[in-house]
Amino acid sequence: MALTETPMQAEKAQTIYEKSKAGRRAAALPAAEVPEKPLAELIPENLLRAEPPRLPEIAEPEIVRHYNRLSRRNFDLDSGFYPLGSCTMKHNPRLNERVAALPGHARLHPAQDARRAQGALELMWLLQESLSEICGLPHVSLQPSAGSHGELAGLLLTRAYHADRGEVRTKVLAPDTSHGTNPASVTMAGYEVVKVATDEVGGVEMADLRAKLAENEGEVACLMLTNPNTLGVFDENIAEIASLIHEAGGTLYYDGANLNAVMGKSRPGDMGFDIVHVNLHKSFSQPHGGGGPGAGPIAVSDRIEPFLPRPQVVRLEGSNGHGPNFDLDFERPKSIGRLRGFQGNFGVFVRSYAYILSLGGDGLTEASETAVLNANYLKARLAEGRAGDRLPIAFDRHCMHEFVLSGKPMKRDLGLATLDLAKRLLDYGFHPPTVYFPLLVDEALMVEPTETEAKESLDAFAEAIEKILAEAETDPELARNAPYTTPVRRLDEVKATRQPVVRQQFD
Amino acid sequence: MAPASSEGTYPEDLRYHEEHDWARIEGDQATMGITWYAQDSLGEVVFFDPPEVGATIQKDSSYAEVESVKAVSDVIAPLSGEIVEVNDALQDNPEKVNEDPYGEGWLVKVRLTAPEEAETLLGVQEYRKMLDR
Repeated sequence: MALTETPMQAEKAQTIYEKSKAGRRAAALPAAEVPEKPLAELIPENLLRAEPPRLPEIAEPEIVRHYNRLSRRNFDLDSGFYPLGSCTMKHNPRLNERVAALPGHARLHPAQDARRAQGALELMWLLQESLSEICGLPHVSLQPSAGSHGELAGLLLTRAYHADRGEVRTKVLAPDTSHGTNPASVTMAGYEVVKVATDEVGGVEMADLRAKLAENEGEVACLMLTNPNTLGVFDENIAEIASLIHEAGGTLYYDGANLNAVMGKSRPGDMGFDIVHVNLHKSFSQPHGGGGPGAGPIAVSDRIEPFLPRPQVVRLEGSNGHGPNFDLDFERPKSIGRLRGFQGNFGVFVRSYAYILSLGGDGLTEASETAVLNANYLKARLAEGRAGDRLPIAFDRHCMHEFVLSGKPMKRDLGLATLDLAKRLLDYGFHPPTVYFPLLVDEALMVEPTETEAKESLDAFAEAIEKILAEAETDPELARNAPYTTPVRRLDEVKATRQPVVRQQFD
Repeated sequence: MAPASSEGTYPEDLRYHEEHDWARIEGDQATMGITWYAQDSLGEVVFFDPPEVGATIQKDSSYAEVESVKAVSDVIAPLSGEIVEVNDALQDNPEKVNEDPYGEGWLVKVRLTAPEEAETLLGVQEYRKMLDR
């Protein structure tokens, strides 16, 4: 491996402000044909800035090159395999983009009156109906704008449900395999987290669940569960778990981050869940990463429905010769209120609805089947050769859409941490899997290949891991200093955490 | 294959808790911290969120948090008592937890309210055995 800098590594990344040159413009307007008035005559003085805003001044070709260059410094799904566990980085069909770009979708103003946005409301209502059927729960709100936002909504609904019954409950149960957002949402909603242990096959430990319910009798508001969970394991005790929680007076919350594994196969509503969030930007192919835009709609049971956020998109039967029409229903006296401005990231709804229609019920089922097949194939490939010895599976059983390996033997025998393997994978052209999560697995490596990868990609990934482990037997330093080929080399994560500088300093 | 405990150091004079915490008991007081194994698993510590002086802590329950580049982890109390001092030096130098987990990387000092609980803690041989399992 030559250690000369690549051109991109040698180039100092600049912000658009650093490229600014006074007086440069992307477009020049002709001189005005009417007399110009000073700003002070048009706007009251107290509303005028003392100095103009510091905007970058730059010509159009340089703007285009700037953003194009930035995009090439990034690794994305369109560049290669991206098996980031729990994140469902699957292909974003281009058909969705075409539909979302139709002017009626793309140019609709968010403040448009409901009577003049009937098509948009109908699409939202149809999406609600589709998600309701997929989740097996009768009511849907599209308001939450991310999975974590859906979790917060679910907990606020739980509180409203108990308050309506005159109950005060303060604790929420979550397994130790749960997504980090679960305990965070619990805390944000003002509840206290009680952790539930994991059994030897990767599911909820029933004895511990019973013990935690007994210890906190009358105080448990909710159990938050992901099924299949972050170990890629489907919890077969779900019916019993549901009846225990319901007997204890709590609600059962389904973290839908892993819905991609079970669409058309099993429904959270049928498992006994009261509230579900769905990540449209994962399971339903909206592009994601980098912070948005997303959508985390929630589906709920009848007993939770009165508390749903408002407004709700509703379909009204027609009268006086008119057909059915769609409206925003604000008359919801028990509602927890609005969760965001306007009606959500509408483009996300369009893409996800296009995805659902283009696949159909049988296509969604097949997508889940293929996601599970791909994960089990890759798991079997990685049980062979060096990976089988150095990176054993954490919970050895058939997995769902993802699986977790432990780098513990690799670290002990080769001195290679999971982080080193992840960094070296970048040199082989792969985005690394999720590392160091879930926390109960030492040196965890969490792999989710998704259904949109061909067998060749999965084979190439397994071969890259084999090569990295082989390299490390003779030269462990190679991986410890990786990556070599990326726009930046190994980052100082400790310094980034201790001394984060996230703001551009102007001189 | 080398046993897991052969890598780190585990002083003879400490009592150990299964959640990878140690206590150095001196009369009715104890100094507490996390073990070599704990700091090695966490990776470089970037922040220590201490309890307040005067707070009471309960054996087997979380009394503080340590944050590394990998994760935020609860620190479990090996013994019950009242916090009499926290290691303020860790605010500016949390890496002491990695560099010297039993010395400058100590976390809190506690006045014990149930010193007899110490009998349930592990000795160094038992703790090493647990790591090797």
